Amino acid sequence: MNTSLDHWILTLVTFIPLAGGVLLLVFPRRDRDIRLFALVVSLLDFLLSLHLPVHLKPHWYASDLAGVANPRVFEYELNRPWIRVPNIHYHVGVDGISTWLVLLTTFLTPLCVLISWKSIEDRAKEFFILLLVLETSLLGVFVSLDLFLFYFFWEGTLIPMALLIGIYGHGRRVYAAVKFFLYTMIASVFLVAAILWLYAKTGTFDFAQIQSAIHNGQVENFTVAAPWLFLGFFVAFAVKVPLFPVHTWLPDAHVNAPTAGSVLLAGVLLKMGTYGMLRFNLGLFPDESHRNAPWIMILALIGIIYGALVAMVQPNLKKLIAYSSISHLGFVVLGIFSFTALGLDGATFVMLAHGVSTGALFMLAGVIFERRHTYEISEFGGLATPMPIYATFFLFIVLSSLGLPLLNGFVGEFLVLSGAFRDRAVYGILGATGVIWSACYLLWMYQRVFWGKDVHKINDSLPDLSVLERAALWPPAVLALLMGIAPLLWLRTIDAAVQAVLVPLAQITGKGLIP
Amino acid sequence: MNSSPVITPEAADYIRVLPEIMLSIFGMAIMLVDPLLKQRRRQSTLGTIALLGSLAALAATLYQAHYPGFAFWNMIQVDAFSVFFHFVIVATTAVVILTSYEYMEVEPMRAGEYYGLILFGAVGMCLMTSAVELVLIFIALEISSIATYILAGFRRDTAISSEASLKYFLLGSFATAFFLYGVALMFGATGSTSIQVIGRALNSFEVASLAYAGIALMFVGLAFKIAAAPFHVWAPDVYEGAPAPVVGFMSTGPKAAVFAVLLRLMFEAHAPGRIWLIWAVAALSMTLGNLGALVQDNVKRLLAYSSIAHAGYLLVAFAAVPDNGIPAAMFYTATYAAMNVGAFAVVSHFSSAGERYVKVEDYSGLGRRSPVLAAILTIFLLSLIGIPITGGFIAKFYVFSAALQSNMVGLVIFGVLNSGVAAYYYLRLIVVMYMREPRGEIPVSAVPAGMGAAMALSLAATIYLGVLPGPVLNYAGRAVTEWSR
Repeated sequence: MNTSLDHWILTLVTFIPLAGGVLLLVFPRRDRDIRLFALVVSLLDFLLSLHLPVHLKPHWYASDLAGVANPRVFEYELNRPWIRVPNIHYHVGVDGISTWLVLLTTFLTPLCVLISWKSIEDRAKEFFILLLVLETSLLGVFVSLDLFLFYFFWEGTLIPMALLIGIYGHGRRVYAAVKFFLYTMIASVFLVAAILWLYAKTGTFDFAQIQSAIHNGQVENFTVAAPWLFLGFFVAFAVKVPLFPVHTWLPDAHVNAPTAGSVLLAGVLLKMGTYGMLRFNLGLFPDESHRNAPWIMILALIGIIYGALVAMVQPNLKKLIAYSSISHLGFVVLGIFSFTALGLDGATFVMLAHGVSTGALFMLAGVIFERRHTYEISEFGGLATPMPIYATFFLFIVLSSLGLPLLNGFVGEFLVLSGAFRDRAVYGILGATGVIWSACYLLWMYQRVFWGKDVHKINDSLPDLSVLERAALWPPAVLALLMGIAPLLWLRTIDAAVQAVLVPLAQITGKGLIP
Repeated sequence: MNSSPVITPEAADYIRVLPEIMLSIFGMAIMLVDPLLKQRRRQSTLGTIALLGSLAALAATLYQAHYPGFAFWNMIQVDAFSVFFHFVIVATTAVVILTSYEYMEVEPMRAGEYYGLILFGAVGMCLMTSAVELVLIFIALEISSIATYILAGFRRDTAISSEASLKYFLLGSFATAFFLYGVALMFGATGSTSIQVIGRALNSFEVASLAYAGIALMFVGLAFKIAAAPFHVWAPDVYEGAPAPVVGFMSTGPKAAVFAVLLRLMFEAHAPGRIWLIWAVAALSMTLGNLGALVQDNVKRLLAYSSIAHAGYLLVAFAAVPDNGIPAAMFYTATYAAMNVGAFAVVSHFSSAGERYVKVEDYSGLGRRSPVLAAILTIFLLSLIGIPITGGFIAKFYVFSAALQSNMVGLVIFGVLNSGVAAYYYLRLIVVMYMREPRGEIPVSAVPAGMGAAMALSLAATIYLGVLPGPVLNYAGRAVTEWSR
């Protein structure tokens, strides 16, 4: 294998979109060329990122148990000093969890370009630049192993996303953009305070070094500060997820965002929060995670049930999908804080499955919005007659989202619920109702939109999916099926990484490692 | 030092004030040439002389860096610290002069006095950063202050400009009196006006209560100059009334100089009781600055309150131990100068003749009417918020981490919460630029070369400090190691 490529591939994957964005700045202002260029850049990035799973270790060796933060946990590492004082490194690397999140990002971005091909007419150049810059910051969040670098990218996602919503959205777009920005910005000041405290006490921003310093008890005053540090990290992540009761920015942001913005927001941006919990809350504060797990699990359960119930009564298609995201992300948090291998495997899998299905759902919602300029469910009805292909795609994605066996949603939720059962049966039982609710609201919505009488004459003449739209929808549909019938392709490497995450936790929870 | 060529002490003394000499020579040349020029050519010729003067001073600063040491009977000390601040101040002056070209074209102002005063003001500021003797610091402070008092009132036909000048002058002279009184008390307490002797005295004897009073009074005088709360009330009115390029100058140059004096006073003189003084003033400045900015409709006033808040962030570094606090404060000063001078360049260009367009709503749809101008201003605003890849982010990060290393957890919490609040009002301007429909009647003229260069320079500095802060941080760190030796 080409070793120098292995060192640089993460850097390449992360910064190719940014380079593409910079090139777009000087690109001639012909809209078609701009779109084509953005598509080529994002596809190139996707193809390059396909190399990442090659080296992931599918099996996890017992000898790795010996040390916390075994350096071999991460692959494709590159560690270069960036700023000497303070001691900041450009340290990137991925494990079985973050690899797939990187792939999810690079997979969804070309689809976002496709789906915005026709819908973004005005200021197209800036749109695609923002989209590519957003991709770089999202990828950066998942590959960073230096807390400073992580925060750098974490905040870096804010601006492009807020601008995408505020400039290219509709309805109350400005309100939604400002709310999104302030909500997440204010939450992350706690994160930065916690990171700075850790730096002040350990003299490093390196994730593995801080982890081993904490593990070996070399951090002074740690026991006093730990609850606050845990909260600092947790609040920032919980707002991003979003966990009940800090979820109120999400419906506004989604409803008013352009389609591509919604796809990346639901598909990837929310996962930054759950990924952060998994990597940093569990990784750095195992004791505190364990101590705080009960109330976090309860909030997650409230999120699952509350999100589903509110989704049920939404008259607006996009708001319904937004609340369904809150419900699904509740599963992820439930899985993470069950501290079982099953739960964490499931949580990671739900992150990926939700990214694919909800991304596709938002694309489908965007398709109908382009034709009718409304998301009101009552404006539709009987759409299956004029748009049969669209209806089929929609049904398939709805089924995958509500967790039909053999499709991707089922695997993750099943694993999460098994994990939650092992932790405490009542969590599993309450969580399982979420699956029922999601079937209710999604199928009811489908019925109202596609079946029944066509009361609005305008709907009769709606054109079915165009070639571009089909090109954007086939990949997630195929992937949803593939993830459902062959989940082991993903789970084997996810499990290896999850086992490594669980090592420090296993001693505290006393549960031992569950295969 | 040993490698430098042997020169007589007197010659070396002059090298150690070479930037000040350069600025003075060019300032006087401007005043001499002024009456000889035709009205039509006057503005640009004098501007060019001023620019050459600042470039000469910049070269002198770089040259001076090879001759560290004391000069003029230990009244002046050239070290990495003073060179750093010289560079910041002179570079800011150069950018401000570039900004002023366009402003002078559209405003009926006398170019001779204007450029002359800017250079003389810079002389005072430069001298403040290398002076290590309190009386000389006082004289330098006055040189810089008097120049800025006059510059603030330069739009003579506008009432608010005259008001700004008068207000600044009255309150400012009151503040300098405080400073002088503090110097006198300090002399009484320690028997010297040399910062080093004072430092040694305060370190070795039991600190007299007179010294506490002296420090407090000097601090009041200096806090006024950096517009730290509760001595900040003049700032919004003066910033609103003064010409836009002058505000860019006033809010960066004198501030950098005063921060240099404060750093020497607080750290080198081992000022007693500084922690709590700083704590209160920093917390108050951040809070009042940010809360005040929330309700402003005038961009210049908004940036005035923002500069009050930034003085607060910067003071947080003063509460840290010297090894971390001094480089953090120095880096913040440089970053703040870059981003603020840049922001005011855009504001100045956009305000047009007579500063007609300085309201927030005038910026509606700027993103559509002039995408480049809007993008540049956005980057400066993002830097003021403290968003990654801009210098503002690294600066804030460095200041807060320095304070945490000295266990100032409370102050840091205060600071990060404040920067969350601050995001709102900067964001408001970005929102207005990009997400509101343009108002047709407001023209956006093409950016002239000088202004373009000013914007490009500040933009490059802001991004450079955000992506590769290493060299600047290291240089600032070197200044501290020189001190402790």
